[in-house]
Amino acid sequence: MSKILIIAEHDGSTLNPGTAKTVTCAASIEGAEIDIVVLASAAAAVAAQASSLELVTRVLTVERAENEHPIAALLAPQIAAIASGYSHVFGPSTTFGKDLMPHVAALLGVNQISDIMNAESSHTFKRPIYAGNAVATVEAPGDSIVVGTVRIASYAAAKGGNAAAIESIDVAVDIPPHTRLIEVLSGASDRPDLQTAAKVVAGGRALGSEDNFNLIYKLADKLGAGIGASRAAVDAGYVPNELQVGQTGKIIAPDLYIAIGISGAIQHLTGIKDAGTIVAINKDEESPIFEVADIGLVADLFTAVPELTDSLD
Amino acid sequence: MEKILVGLKRVVDYNVRVRVRNDGSGVETDGVKMSINPFDEIALEEALRIKERGEASEVIVISVGGVDAQQQLRTGLAMGADRAILVDSDDSVEPLGVARIFKNIIDRDEIDLVLLGKQAIDDDNSQTGQMLAAIWGRPQATFASKLDLDGDTAKVTREVDAGLEIIEVDLPAVITVDLRLNEARYVKLPDIMKAKKKPLEVIAVADLGIDPGPQIKELSFEAPAERERGVMVDDVAGLVAALKEKGLA
Ligand SMILES: Cc1cc2nc3c(=O)[nH]c(=O)nc-3n(C[C@H](O)[C@H](O)[C@H](O)COP(=O)(O)OP(=O)(O)OC[C@H]3O[C@@H](n4cnc5c(N)ncnc54)[C@H](O)[C@@H]3O)c2cc1C
Ligand SMILES: Nc1ncnc2c1ncn2[C@@H]1O[C@H](COP(=O)(O)O)[C@@H](O)[C@H]1O
Repeated sequence: MSKILIIAEHDGSTLNPGTAKTVTCAASIEGAEIDIVVLASAAAAVAAQASSLELVTRVLTVERAENEHPIAALLAPQIAAIASGYSHVFGPSTTFGKDLMPHVAALLGVNQISDIMNAESSHTFKRPIYAGNAVATVEAPGDSIVVGTVRIASYAAAKGGNAAAIESIDVAVDIPPHTRLIEVLSGASDRPDLQTAAKVVAGGRALGSEDNFNLIYKLADKLGAGIGASRAAVDAGYVPNELQVGQTGKIIAPDLYIAIGISGAIQHLTGIKDAGTIVAINKDEESPIFEVADIGLVADLFTAVPELTDSLD
Repeated sequence: MEKILVGLKRVVDYNVRVRVRNDGSGVETDGVKMSINPFDEIALEEALRIKERGEASEVIVISVGGVDAQQQLRTGLAMGADRAILVDSDDSVEPLGVARIFKNIIDRDEIDLVLLGKQAIDDDNSQTGQMLAAIWGRPQATFASKLDLDGDTAKVTREVDAGLEIIEVDLPAVITVDLRLNEARYVKLPDIMKAKKKPLEVIAVADLGIDPGPQIKELSFEAPAERERGVMVDDVAGLVAALKEKGLA
């Protein structure tokens, strides 16, 4: 039987949706018994949300002042200490999980399975390599703990309605004093979150300026969509980094993705492979984006996008 | 600060469209252009800038791989690194093994700062820096897009899902870099000539006595599910109609 520990990602008050998707991955392993651990300075609110997720057996809370912010080098020794009773430790493949989980794996003396997209069995997994140009089937050794991150675009979120037991635990490990959080600079936005939005409108280098990105915002507002961008658009300073989609940005799976003035470089496409419908607007009919688009329009974005926005009343 | 260690992994160039071999035994790497992992170039550029500002005295590049990785180390030397280390291994070494090798060299050469890429674009693991920090018992700052050194500490701006986060770490530390940290310099021909005379030490991995840890076995490889080319519409009206048909607008 597999005993799986999932590390909750949260901001102190809200459980990140990546956690519920990680639960779905864990639950796909036959006979899995799933616990979630919440490391926080005050865990009650997040623990309640975790406890509501279906298929979860127990929620463990570890409350310490040092757990106020998720700093990998501080959380990892606590997780490694709790992990001994488990066969698997999973986290989401978000920047939180990518930062934390390999540190945990090394403390436990194992390699990590990164970006699990399918669990074939308790120790065999599929994962993307080469920016998603290939899928590898890999097998973790049967006699050591499995540490993995879950590619959240591959899984639906576990539903609510459960009431798993919540248990507070003490973890007696020393926490190193060598890392301090100075500041979090997050672009507050009332638009749908890029990683969970059902629709995303994304702009590329062709937008040409921060101002012109308003064309993207207006269309997104009409559709109730989140905003994305290519790396070129982020590098040029049109939008902040958290909007980047792709190999080194966010991997997303919305129902609708509209790529505007984006060429479709392989590093960008790897971020949208799982989208339901891909729409591309690009003035160059040879653009690789059209090879993956479900609906393509060859047009100048500066005329087509305002026209599209206007026709969506 | 004295010494900065930079990991340079030899990988298939990012412009190459990688294909899975027909028999599923791996990806086609024969005759394919190989380069320094793009993130590692940024890491090296940052190390060189730190040295040029007088904040470090030596930049050492290291690669774990076959003898061919000497090409990438030579490029690193041509960019400006002072010396190179090849840890020669015929089999590809997994991140925990690479981290253990780096730790061995850190102890031997008394390294003060390690700069690595945030991920290698072949296996896309994104593990080595975090693992090294764990076994070294030193801070990690991953996905760095800005780095300021101040005596015994470093202030690092990290690219995270919510935006940016600034943390302060005590040195020595491991920092993994994102692409927006800097733009790497071009190598000039005279530098390539000069690089030939710089020291490149080759160590057999067996001589380090490293336990690579339990290995993850690669069973098979397949091409990803292809998306099919869809329809082209003539104008915005056609696009709106197509969206409505799918219930998306
Ligand atoms: C290691 C590595 C990682 C990377 N990670 C990412 C990543 O995570 N995400 C990412 O996006 N990229 C990533 N990249 C960069 C990627 O290779 C491309 O450079 C980038 O995606 C290009 O962005 P773009 O499509 O906006 O720009 P371009 O490639 O310049 O394309 C602009 C497009 O706009 C079209 N266009 C121009 N004017 C108009 C107009 N008026 N109307 C309509 N269309 C117009 C052009 O025909 C063109 O197709 C990475 C690169 C590397 C090396
Ligand atoms: N074999 C290797 N040789 C040199 N550096 C490596 C090697 N493997 C990993 N690294 C370094 O660790 C970073 C992260 O790699 P990975 O954990 O494999 O994604 C890379 O960008 C390199 O800087």
